[in-house]
Amino acid sequence: MSNFLALLLREMRIAWTGGGLWLPIIFYLAVATLFPFVTGPDKVLLAQTGGGILWIAALLASLLPIERLIQPDRDAGILDQLALRGWSDEWVAAAKMAGHLLAFGLPLLLASFVASALIGLPEEKLATLIIGLALAMPALAGLGVTISALTSGLQGASALGGLLLIPLAIPVLIFGAGTLADNPGNAMQLLIAISLAFTALSPFAAGAALKAGRE
Amino acid sequence: MADRQATPASITLENIAVVRGGRLVLQKFSLQVRAGDIIWLRGANGTGKSTLLRLIAGLLPAAAGDRQIDGKIALVDDRLALDSALSVEKALGYWARMDGSSAQAQQDALAAFDLANLADIPVGYLSSGQRKRAALARVLASNADVWLLDEPYNGLDSANAARLDGQLLKHAQSAGIAIVAAHQPASINVAATISLDEQRVNQTG
Repeated sequence: MSNFLALLLREMRIAWTGGGLWLPIIFYLAVATLFPFVTGPDKVLLAQTGGGILWIAALLASLLPIERLIQPDRDAGILDQLALRGWSDEWVAAAKMAGHLLAFGLPLLLASFVASALIGLPEEKLATLIIGLALAMPALAGLGVTISALTSGLQGASALGGLLLIPLAIPVLIFGAGTLADNPGNAMQLLIAISLAFTALSPFAAGAALKAGRE
Repeated sequence: MADRQATPASITLENIAVVRGGRLVLQKFSLQVRAGDIIWLRGANGTGKSTLLRLIAGLLPAAAGDRQIDGKIALVDDRLALDSALSVEKALGYWARMDGSSAQAQQDALAAFDLANLADIPVGYLSSGQRKRAALARVLASNADVWLLDEPYNGLDSANAARLDGQLLKHAQSAGIAIVAAHQPASINVAATISLDEQRVNQTG
């Protein structure tokens, strides 16, 4: 377990020092800043649409770090060295998911307080947005690591990653944005279910992709 | 340094075949390596030296044959496997912790490859020869039984090549196994030289 922690901390350090954290957060806040300029200062409109826009911004922000999750470690031989030490590919993928969740998901949740203020989200919707994003982040982290593992080594991996992630994340986006409705109960339950499914399956899918890439 | 495992290190390959990218790289390849052996692998580019090392490391599957390895494995290939943003000491320390090696083993490894004065320098600033030495220090600090070294002399000057020779002999004397893939002939006494050009084994030791 201490080795798992060491790998997780390494993921967080690389995200913090390599731009994997700040660029997505700046992108997320930039969308929240720019959106009112497009719609105008219509508080009713912003209250109705702002939450959905933040969900889309969060999804698109989660695309940005994908390229650096697997490829640099594969190129540097880090993944081979972990395999040599008996790490299963699934366990490596799980550590990377946890690291991505903490390095990207947690700061994005904190940035959501600022983003919701910038976009004029009503206070009563803020808690729902934060809870919904918190539930969705493990799924987005799992999808991110899986797609990164699938596309690493391919030409145009970044664009391909986006093309793969967006359709796969549609259920998360639909149920997540649905939680902002007046009665969010059903959407919240479905969001939990889809997030649990993605979180549970992703280490195996990503692990299979890591193994295939090594051979 | 942590104690090696009680069972002597050994490598047994029987009738191994490896296919990569649809091409048969190795076929009916057999090899028996005992504790204390240094094996020198030679062959032209593309004859399967790196493939054989990766197969022994368990990083590639065999299409046919049996593979039996006893002992902890360490591998150096053309990839450094050290974080370029970290200092040499911290980058090595990451793997030393993973390997359960002591701080003393890490310091000894740095000293063995004349890296002690570079310990605080970020890995990204090292020259290619210094990077190779750092990768070799990673292997030495791991206290592995089986060293798989792919072109370890590339980028090393004569003094550091001699240091590597000395460490290989020391490793063999302490019942370790080393398999060295290199273009140049062996500069030390080895148990066998294997030419993969014709998959021929010459017992020389």
